Amino acid sequence: MSADFLYGIEVVINGLMAGVLYALVALGFVLIFKASGIFNFAQGVMALFAALTLVGIMEGQVPFAHLINAVFGTNIHHFGWQVPAILAIFMTVLVMIAFAWAVQHFVFRHLVGQEPIILFMATIGLAYFLEGVGDLMWGSSIRTLALGLPQGGSLWVEEMTSGLGGDDFYGFFIDKLDMVATLVALVLVAGLVAFAQYTKQGRAMRAVADDHQAALSVGISLSYIWVLVWSLAGIVALVAGIMWGAKSGVQFSLSLIALKALPVLMLGGFTSIPGAIVGGMIIGVGEKLFEYTIGAPYLGGATENWFAYMLALVFLVFRPQGLFGERIIERV
Amino acid sequence: MLYREAGDFKTSYQADSQTFPIAFDRWRYWAVLVIAFCVVPFFVNAYWANAILVPFLIYAIAAIGLNILTGYCGQVSLGTGGFMAVGAYACYKLMTSFPDVSIVIHIILAGGITAAVGATFGLPSLRIKGFYLAVATLAAQFFLVWMFNKVAWFYNYSASGQITAPERFVAGVAVTGPNTAPWAQYMICLVFLTVCALIARNLTRGTIGRSWMAIRDMDIAAEIIGVNPLKAKLTAFAVSSFFIGISGALFFAVYLGAVEVGEAFGIQKSFLVLFMIIIGGLGSLFGSFAGAAFLVLLPVALKVIGVDVLGWPTDLVAHLQLVIVGGLIMFFLIKEPHGLAQLWRLAKEKLRLWPFPY
Repeated sequence: MSADFLYGIEVVINGLMAGVLYALVALGFVLIFKASGIFNFAQGVMALFAALTLVGIMEGQVPFAHLINAVFGTNIHHFGWQVPAILAIFMTVLVMIAFAWAVQHFVFRHLVGQEPIILFMATIGLAYFLEGVGDLMWGSSIRTLALGLPQGGSLWVEEMTSGLGGDDFYGFFIDKLDMVATLVALVLVAGLVAFAQYTKQGRAMRAVADDHQAALSVGISLSYIWVLVWSLAGIVALVAGIMWGAKSGVQFSLSLIALKALPVLMLGGFTSIPGAIVGGMIIGVGEKLFEYTIGAPYLGGATENWFAYMLALVFLVFRPQGLFGERIIERV
Repeated sequence: MLYREAGDFKTSYQADSQTFPIAFDRWRYWAVLVIAFCVVPFFVNAYWANAILVPFLIYAIAAIGLNILTGYCGQVSLGTGGFMAVGAYACYKLMTSFPDVSIVIHIILAGGITAAVGATFGLPSLRIKGFYLAVATLAAQFFLVWMFNKVAWFYNYSASGQITAPERFVAGVAVTGPNTAPWAQYMICLVFLTVCALIARNLTRGTIGRSWMAIRDMDIAAEIIGVNPLKAKLTAFAVSSFFIGISGALFFAVYLGAVEVGEAFGIQKSFLVLFMIIIGGLGSLFGSFAGAAFLVLLPVALKVIGVDVLGWPTDLVAHLQLVIVGGLIMFFLIKEPHGLAQLWRLAKEKLRLWPFPY
């Protein structure tokens, strides 16, 4: 096998792993969209906020220290303790659940029955709000997430595969973190599917996704389910935030991965969990391959910025509901 | 007492279909124009022009453009920043390629080029609707910004990758370049805004505007009663992009003078203009003005209060600004989904009956 071809395969594998990370963000979107019809633009910022909160709690930072200092002229910044990672993750989950409740109670409860586009815009507002709150609470500097996740290329894979090609091929370079992320994503998806299939709450959630009024009529509380769904999305966001944060530091650009998850959703369909995974992989592989074969040699590189959108756009022209989406039926 | 139709008799069809049917509105309109054209230019200084007036005028043009597409035709677009970049770069290429032609013509041509680009990116809207379209317009946003970054021809192979506006004159007065007087910047933006608003107003209350609104309210029903969706959607994209292109050209040539595309016309700009029309009011020209004014004034006001009065650090105020803008958007969507324009409409309804409401 020629080295070029093998490097092509390496690109595909790395693309698949990147796609899994996109899919992680997209999952949160699908959960909320299915249950409440809200297209949650704030999912990326939720990931950022969750990661920031996790780092802040682990380092024992005082929330809103910046604001408190400015108002009262004090000079506080840390409690002076370190919180172990497991406990910090647990506390962050609690914060995300509280956030889910607040979002439902203060915003979306008042917007029931509004047009989807209004709900969408409200989530854009929510994204700005949350971004500001995150900065106010924990400061806006770039943080490193010290969870002890493995980093760097995997030597083992490199040595195992270097025999495949000739002398100019040195084996596949695969980031350990990407492998961990893939595993975590698989576990998460399996967990979500199991939750939706086998628990009472999960069944109620699916009932709500199916038909709001029918679910109401058999005694399912919509607002409870919505809080539940937003909490789940918050937890998914936390996982995505940990993975992306470990990869590139916890910083503002993390919230932009939400934008990357959008073409994934369009491709996979807004209402399908497997769609989010498959869409993520297609986008991940597609953009890496395009960059490798056409973008970098002929177009000056950085095509990853837009390729996903173009791919989704072309795809949608032929199949407007995405790969696995429910058929869109329009009536007058 | 002043604000009512009673006694204001229309004696011709022309008078019956005028833009402002109430006499008080007409007088107010002329008074605003007179103040804007004949009073403000004599008092404007560099701070007011740069911090408030010029950005307000330019964003108002962009907001009118986006409002035509989103508010009147119902097609949500997140590509405003990209289209503004098209206007800016088209204007730059025209200015440097044809230095003898007036800048006014360049700006209008830049609008035309943006209209063509916008209509091209509007083509998928015939198949794709709602959120899917909103995401599809992101393709325009990212692709255009990437293109202006990568293709050196667009920035004339300059080393920094920036574009810088050369000095150009209108009637002997510099309107671009470093030596522009604040009043000249203000005036050229004001003239463009006035003309754009007039065109937009008359388009939206004519046949074409009605077909846009029919598409917005229910596209299938509109198609059945004989509105051509291809024509309506593409004209909406073209007209909207024309205005956005003009605002982009002004933003680059008159306001900033030098532009780096990712910074000036990134995704944040698309959201900013979208917020303007949400807060101002979808489907309302007054809303475009009100929203632009609000979101231009808000950061300035917060900065004055936070940094100058309270003495807080600037980054803290910047974070607070995000919280406030985001909170306001949610507040408006909950309390008044039709924005500031609806408040204005309600105030007018009340005024009509005042002081004897029933």
